[in-house]
Amino acid sequence: MTSGNKVSKREFLNGDEAVAYGVRLCRPNVVSVYPITPQTIVVEKISEFVANKLMDCEYIHVESEHSAMAAAMGASMVGARAFTATSSQGLAYMHEMLHYVSGSRFPIVMMNANRTLAAPWNIFGDQRDSMAQRDTGWIQVYVENGQEALDMIIQAYRLAEHEGIYLPVMVNLDGFVNTHTYELVSVPSQKKVDEFLPAFVSKNAVDFNNPRSYCMSASTEWNMEFRQQQHEAMMKSKKVIESIDREFGDKFGRYHGGMVKEYKCDDAEVVMVTTGSISGTSRLVVDSMREKGLKVGLVKLRFFRPFPVEYFRELKSRVKAVGVIDRNLSFGYEGAVGSEVKSAMYDSCGSPKFIDFIAGIAGRDIKKDDIELMYNKLLNLSRGQEEAELQFIGMRWQE
Amino acid sequence: MSKPQIVKYKMPECKKDMPLGPSSEAGVIIEPNAGWRVMKPIIDNSKCVMCLRCWLLCPDGVIDREKGILEIDYNFCKGCGICSRECPQKAITMVKEGKQYD
Amino acid sequence: MIKVKDLTDKEYLYGHKACPGCGMGIVGRLAAKVLGEKTIIALPASCMSTVTTQYPQMNFSVPSMTMAFPGTGAVLSGMSAGLKSLGIKDVNVVGFAGDGGTADIGIQALSGAVERGDDFIYVCYDNEAYMNTGIQRSGMTPYGATTTTTPSGSASIGEKHFKKNMFEIMIAHRIPYAATACSSYPTDFMNKIEKAKNTKGPAYIHVMAPCPTGWGFPSDLTVEIGKMLVECGLWYLAEYENGKVKMNLVPKELKPVKDYLLAQKRFKHLKEEDIKAIEENRNREWELIRKNWMK
Repeated sequence: MTSGNKVSKREFLNGDEAVAYGVRLCRPNVVSVYPITPQTIVVEKISEFVANKLMDCEYIHVESEHSAMAAAMGASMVGARAFTATSSQGLAYMHEMLHYVSGSRFPIVMMNANRTLAAPWNIFGDQRDSMAQRDTGWIQVYVENGQEALDMIIQAYRLAEHEGIYLPVMVNLDGFVNTHTYELVSVPSQKKVDEFLPAFVSKNAVDFNNPRSYCMSASTEWNMEFRQQQHEAMMKSKKVIESIDREFGDKFGRYHGGMVKEYKCDDAEVVMVTTGSISGTSRLVVDSMREKGLKVGLVKLRFFRPFPVEYFRELKSRVKAVGVIDRNLSFGYEGAVGSEVKSAMYDSCGSPKFIDFIAGIAGRDIKKDDIELMYNKLLNLSRGQEEAELQFIGMRWQE
Repeated sequence: MSKPQIVKYKMPECKKDMPLGPSSEAGVIIEPNAGWRVMKPIIDNSKCVMCLRCWLLCPDGVIDREKGILEIDYNFCKGCGICSRECPQKAITMVKEGKQYD
Repeated sequence: MIKVKDLTDKEYLYGHKACPGCGMGIVGRLAAKVLGEKTIIALPASCMSTVTTQYPQMNFSVPSMTMAFPGTGAVLSGMSAGLKSLGIKDVNVVGFAGDGGTADIGIQALSGAVERGDDFIYVCYDNEAYMNTGIQRSGMTPYGATTTTTPSGSASIGEKHFKKNMFEIMIAHRIPYAATACSSYPTDFMNKIEKAKNTKGPAYIHVMAPCPTGWGFPSDLTVEIGKMLVECGLWYLAEYENGKVKMNLVPKELKPVKDYLLAQKRFKHLKEEDIKAIEENRNREWELIRKNWMK
């Protein structure tokens, strides 16, 4: 265990534990908790910290996820820094509260363990749960490993509490693949984190000298102005995301790439867009294919909301084909990330060839061979061969 | 003043004037409720014994006792008639809104 | 004990847009007077939030938050925990929820919050239906009442079920303090608010708030209808503290329910046998009250 003032120490942690360490370093005042696989280790670890006086916060055992977010909202309204965590069914259950929190502009940070939504009931990972919350007004970041998870919890509070932003942030980890996988994680010192993330002094909380009502009703006459305000704050956050990540890089030695991180894209003919842990596996495939002389690259999409539309508009002129690995599916159309990437690259001058790959649903393994297959399909497409725009990868039967 | 007054509320004139999220100062009243009234209560202070039953039971709190006699804030009285009904001295009468009385 | 002459003149709830004669208006106004300035109010979607917090109009003089319908209990827990974590003391954390937001959609959050023992006051103002959305039935709608989703007709007497007993549900949680009240008994209600204010941990007050619009009676009869309700025994005034129930008001003789029922449009369709059924249920409930709480 690290003590307060030592320099950063390396610990052998799984993704959930890394999140718990990150939360501890951020000194939240209130943590509201409802357990759901595969997030359970986060809340268990935090409760251990609290039980051993390693964290000084109020730990509320709520009776449902909807209440977890409601309690976090109540805490934020009185000026406390609040944290909660959930996954799949829990995230769906608190859907209404996600809208409430972002509409009221409370800077809450939540960890979400990406897990598929029933039915059929399944506890394994895909991104259907958080993609379904796309329009709730929460900033969404997808992390690749435990280190990035810990770092992004800290950055998330800086971002959420930033002047003029005051939007809640969801930090997504792939269920089991990231949450339950162990690796060496560098845990920064409390002193350094306190310097990076000072104590929370809310600009949107109760002040008895100046009493206000929060989260009011707003009629047709005013509602749209509030919505525009919310949207503009999220648009403004694009620059803030980059500057916070740079500052984090300077202070802690890890800059994660801002909204999008490229890998070997400079002279790439085709690129694959990934979110979350699959990015790591994909990098290995890029390397092995490069050894064979194939010009492939990887685009790791870190922030899904706000969406880096400017990046993709620029990307299209550099490559011949773009693929997206979607660990989600909007029935009746295509994957969510694929839809957005494709539309960002569309203009009247045409756009690069595109394939949306649906893979890794409900914990189905995405093997290196699968990724290589996907890249080969993109290469085929770039050379003028026919490829379907929507493809399911890793199925029992290929029809 | 123990009651919030109607304020000439300065509505936001541009984006910068908007509050952070849908929030507003406490005790801000933009418009009166007087237009709701069909009947209007009139207190006969000669009959009133200051039992304060009407003051206690008014759902809108428009009966004022600060000056030692009871006065009604007609900006916010909705004319429900509870005060008139509950007064043990029958000191409050409901009259049709608009009529002039001495 | 509350003395009317000592109550503050300050109106903490003023100029709201509730219907004329609204029982909830009496409840909110008097509770706010007793609680004072250092109070934070949580309001779920309900009549009270709709008539008091419409940007930019804000009829409370103390901080408030309007929030999701099911979550009052959880928000109160969060506020209470937040204040505790920041070392802020002597602040009343109060939730005002309707009967629907308490007994139906809000029961989970309320039960959780009471079980956790967080420090707050929960006031359920009961107008016996989802009034804000236009008089639809709730779990607290009484037997035989016409609502827009339980209309009386050739094949229906209206609401088919008797009221859910939230007071006993709170007692089952062994809550530190719970009470039933009625807006027609203002000093009794205010005394209970005062007790709730001084209770460490959760306190629950269930106050009947007759609704002229929804129940169908002239707006000046709100207080009278509330009195008739208690005098005929369809509602009782009681408190639960220190593990015991104390009845605050026991009518020597319970008046017939007929006068109370037929004074309201929502019961006008009831036949003799329906009124008899209501009276027999009332008698059964009072037998239990006498057996369990009045030894």
